[in-house]
Amino acid sequence: MSENEHNLLPMYPGGQSGGNSGHEHDHEDEHAEDLTLGEHPLDLAAVRAKLNGKSGKQYWRTLEELAEDTHFEELLHREFPRQASEWDEGVDRRDFLKLMAASLAFAGLSGCKANIQENIIPYVKQPDGMVLGKPLYFATVMPFGADAIGVLVESHEGRPTMIAGNPDHPSSLGAINAFVQASILNLYDPDRAQTPTFVGEIRTWPEFMERAQAMAAEAKEMGGAGFRILSGTITSPTVAAELQTLLKLYPKAKWHQWEPAVSDGAREGSKLAFGRYLNTVYRVEKADVILSLDADFLANGPGHLRYMKEFYRRRKLTENPGGQAAGMEMNRLYVAEPTPTVTGSSADHRLPVRASQVEVFARALAGKLGHGGAGGGETPAGADAFLRAVSADLAAHRGSSLVVAGEQQSAEVHALAHAINAALGNVGATVYYTEPVEVSPVNHLESLRELCADMDAGTVDTLLILSGNPVYDAPHDFDFVTKLGKVKNSIQLSTHFDETAEYCKWHIAESHYLETWGDARAFDGTVSVVQPLIAPLYNTRSAYEVLAAFSDKPGVSSYDAMRDRLKGTNPPGDFEKFWRKTLNDGLVANSAYPPLGAMAAKAVPASSTAARPASPEELEIIFRPDPSVYDGRFANNGWLQELPKPVTKLTWDNAAMVSPATAEKLALTHKVAARGGEHGQILSTVIDIAVSNSKVTAAAWTLPGQADGVIVLPLGYGRKNAGFTGSNKGFNAYAVRTSSALWVAPDAKISKTGDSYPMACTQYHFNMEGRKILSSATLEEYKNNPAFAHEGDEQPPKSDTLYKEYAYPGYAWGMAIDLTKCNGCNACVVACVSENNIPVVGKDQVMRGREMHWIRIDRYYKAHTSTNDPSTDENNALANPETYFQPVPCQQCENAPCEQVCPVGATVHSAEGLNDMVYNRCVGTRYCSNNCPYKVRRFNFLRFQDWETPQYKLMRNPEVTVRSRGVMEKCTYCVQRINNTRIDAEKQNRPIRDGEIVTACEAACPSEAIVFGNANDPNSRVAKWKVQQRNYSILGELNARPRTTYLAAVRNPNPEMEKA
Amino acid sequence: MGAARSPYLTDQYVTRDQPIQFSHKHHVGDDGIDCRYCHTSVESSATAGVPPTKTCMNCHSVLFNNVGYLEPVRESYRTDSSIEWVRVHRLADYVYFNHSIHVNKGVGCSTCHGQVNQMPLMFQVATLQMQWCLDCHRNPVGVLRPKDQVFNMDWKPPSNQAEVGAKLAAENKIRSAAELTSCSTCHR
Repeated sequence: MSENEHNLLPMYPGGQSGGNSGHEHDHEDEHAEDLTLGEHPLDLAAVRAKLNGKSGKQYWRTLEELAEDTHFEELLHREFPRQASEWDEGVDRRDFLKLMAASLAFAGLSGCKANIQENIIPYVKQPDGMVLGKPLYFATVMPFGADAIGVLVESHEGRPTMIAGNPDHPSSLGAINAFVQASILNLYDPDRAQTPTFVGEIRTWPEFMERAQAMAAEAKEMGGAGFRILSGTITSPTVAAELQTLLKLYPKAKWHQWEPAVSDGAREGSKLAFGRYLNTVYRVEKADVILSLDADFLANGPGHLRYMKEFYRRRKLTENPGGQAAGMEMNRLYVAEPTPTVTGSSADHRLPVRASQVEVFARALAGKLGHGGAGGGETPAGADAFLRAVSADLAAHRGSSLVVAGEQQSAEVHALAHAINAALGNVGATVYYTEPVEVSPVNHLESLRELCADMDAGTVDTLLILSGNPVYDAPHDFDFVTKLGKVKNSIQLSTHFDETAEYCKWHIAESHYLETWGDARAFDGTVSVVQPLIAPLYNTRSAYEVLAAFSDKPGVSSYDAMRDRLKGTNPPGDFEKFWRKTLNDGLVANSAYPPLGAMAAKAVPASSTAARPASPEELEIIFRPDPSVYDGRFANNGWLQELPKPVTKLTWDNAAMVSPATAEKLALTHKVAARGGEHGQILSTVIDIAVSNSKVTAAAWTLPGQADGVIVLPLGYGRKNAGFTGSNKGFNAYAVRTSSALWVAPDAKISKTGDSYPMACTQYHFNMEGRKILSSATLEEYKNNPAFAHEGDEQPPKSDTLYKEYAYPGYAWGMAIDLTKCNGCNACVVACVSENNIPVVGKDQVMRGREMHWIRIDRYYKAHTSTNDPSTDENNALANPETYFQPVPCQQCENAPCEQVCPVGATVHSAEGLNDMVYNRCVGTRYCSNNCPYKVRRFNFLRFQDWETPQYKLMRNPEVTVRSRGVMEKCTYCVQRINNTRIDAEKQNRPIRDGEIVTACEAACPSEAIVFGNANDPNSRVAKWKVQQRNYSILGELNARPRTTYLAAVRNPNPEMEKA
Repeated sequence: MGAARSPYLTDQYVTRDQPIQFSHKHHVGDDGIDCRYCHTSVESSATAGVPPTKTCMNCHSVLFNNVGYLEPVRESYRTDSSIEWVRVHRLADYVYFNHSIHVNKGVGCSTCHGQVNQMPLMFQVATLQMQWCLDCHRNPVGVLRPKDQVFNMDWKPPSNQAEVGAKLAAENKIRSAAELTSCSTCHR
């Protein structure tokens, strides 16, 4: 394999396992030759034919389902896949029987006697403020790119166990995303680097300090020439101050920056528009009409959690008394993007457009809105109607509209967005500008290019890499590895001994943000405090401490530096008081940057080279951060690896994503593998992707809604040195990423290798087979018919049951999920994993349909077909379907089918209406799961929990029961939180207040789509949601009477466009 | 079935070798120290709390500060290493017992732990089996005391306990038997 050729590693059969699960779940594959038997290629022509024959709304989730592939249906009819019963730990049946005989014999003797001597180990001096058995919460922030996300971390006797959003922090408002939620697993990752090393040999920190001082002395002699620092985006004022100190100490030293997954577009765009680098902040709650130019602003980029909250606060639909929907208002979102994102999938109107054509589109729009000089003669193919509607809608909402440019888009697109916002009078209303949040904004690509040139020229003596992995993620034409070899002293600070560490002389293990003091600015400039929850687990250091080692004051702690800096800002009043308040809040009050005054956007210069009209034949490659592993930094996080990606529902892999039409043209296909009958094992065509002189081999994935001719290569996979969980998963898209085509690579060549590759996709699991599961309407339809969700309902009368009615005189716990607000961002899924100690099972097990997530998010596509209008483009259903998301936790049925069939009383009804799951009674018959119409029960086919790795023991929530092999588990509305809150309320002899119990999923949800509470209390939020006419039960006709109900999705499309 | 409930299996009445010869009889019975002086979180948390060495040293830095049998306490304090007590009352890991709610609702310490003020060495008096828990959860009236009697080791139910207990149950809003015996009350 040549340098630039990164192939998928052969992983078939079996073979990939979870990080959090500790041991491999490999198994012998005796039927490898069966692999090709019974594969059924997807027939897109059949899919189209099917769609053409339909009338009215159809919801579908997978292409196979739409095609009504009989083979696929046969697979679905098995609830858990075939092979579900095989024994997977090398104990064969005969050994098992022998063991059973022995244990039965002993059972008679030992009975229930546990007789274990257990010690109680109290503190010597108990810390102040600690009540044994009660968690404490601390505010801190997770620095992430040009943002810092405020969090509250739960600590049990000094062990951080769970992260939640900080309601007082501007970048969170209480919300959290999957990355931040899962970052707790990074802290306890057993693969972390644990000590400083020199060429791989263990060294002490004082040894490094000594060496660093020697290097510093050498550098000083030459005025710092040859001393270089490379970092990612830094927003920490303390680190910035230290960097400035160093640059003063060594005037000829240079600081370079490289952030691989964020383009220079935003920075350079503000320079184009305003002549200097500025930070753009949106006030999404004030915008009635929003256009996203390839911006996934609800799920990515600085401030996205706040934007998500604000966006969906404008989508609260509460019926008037009397059930009238008239007079309701929603904001409207248009998205033009090349590949479906969380934002695009929840848009009211979505235009698939090539990434290179977004600029053409933006120019045309600017021209239409009267921004002269922008050009705009052309419109991307097929975008006319969309463009007309958007420009009219924006023009009608001057001062209350908003145009957002995407993080991966060019400077021109950003400049055009600034110009359009200015022309629409939005500046100061829905968007404002501040001083940059970054300490020292530079063009990252040019910065890295300069560094590489200098390294090549041999003028770099000492290179200090702070938390970056350039050997893995620098453009491959820079050939960073070779150039790094010419540097005399190379030092890397990073959490793992990664690809770059292999080529650096010194490696310093980096502290997790929960282990160190520090600070960072949030997206709006708010200075936020990084407060440690635990002393460093290993011999690790922060970026500040490594920088200080090179200064004339080595050995200053992060704590002292940060505190002194804050003191230096002379906050008003008593400093100790201010300091305590700052730590308590997690931020320095009123430290956000003020909006800059009148900003006049300059005319946008002529088209950049990327913006030429694309020929429909040409294949265009675009690079995107992956929704699970981002730029690769989360590769070793098992929770994120196993998290089904929001739109594709793929786990453990990335894939080269293509549109259905392009797939058809290139004859790319996926096949549901028959072998074993795994719902989740999909065999995808493997392709070679060649860009100029580099090549990568990837599995292809057909994605409805993607722009034709675009191939998306998600970054962050194919890592060689990520750790046990993250290494050798997927393919490395950086291998074909060059500095001249960082985001869009035209002229890609595709060739099929003839192989296929198994992918673990969860959208094939737990299917509910075409019954009325999801209900949606437009705002207009809703206003005309508020009861639309109940059309064709066959809700049987309550009395239609053979079982006795339960009375719920006290609390009746219930949940309502507003599908209008869910955009599938996955925050709830990871929150549930973290709260309930849900194990990671690994790719092989996911392909058998054994993933353990208690809450899943189903993705539905909606085909809009009409038999009345023959001109309707029926294929639109594939090219650009409406997308809906539906989170499905246990429905807590009042008439629960699971309870009736459990032979051992392990799942029983509680007096408050929960379907209690008594793990210690469960014997694993799986009857309950078999009888569950909602497919929400999860079975521990193997011992998925890792009980050996000591680090994970610290991480687990002590409030939930340990589940072992052979036990069924499921959501119980976070019953541990219900119980703890109830005990608190009972002690005060008062009822539980509404909102006092917050389930983990509800707490995490950035769009406030989930409410939980007492359905018996008519004033509770959940009861108020449940009386809405939009409220419906899934499969109501079964009379299971679920306590989890849904508010039907309402979108707000432009009536003008609906007519067109 | 009888064997399963015998002290042989339940570990009732079994004393354990502890690192220090600590006597509850002396501290509670003779000295009259309140339970909460050491078990500080019994009213607020699931766990009553075993005291840190600091609590011992509050008195024993002055009283009996040179006797040999307290050397392990002093050593613990000196070397900042915990005293490793041996657990006497052990519930299964899947039981989430909460001290604070019982104490706050009028279930006294001695109801479950027996008359600790008469125990030179600590032992378990109840079976700690689920049936024993359920006896009260099905009908708590028999054990409820006025709140000022909760920490009284010598409390005995009055002759009209059925009446008094019913009144206390109403006053303290004790939940119904159906609620108290739902599985998720104790198991999660």
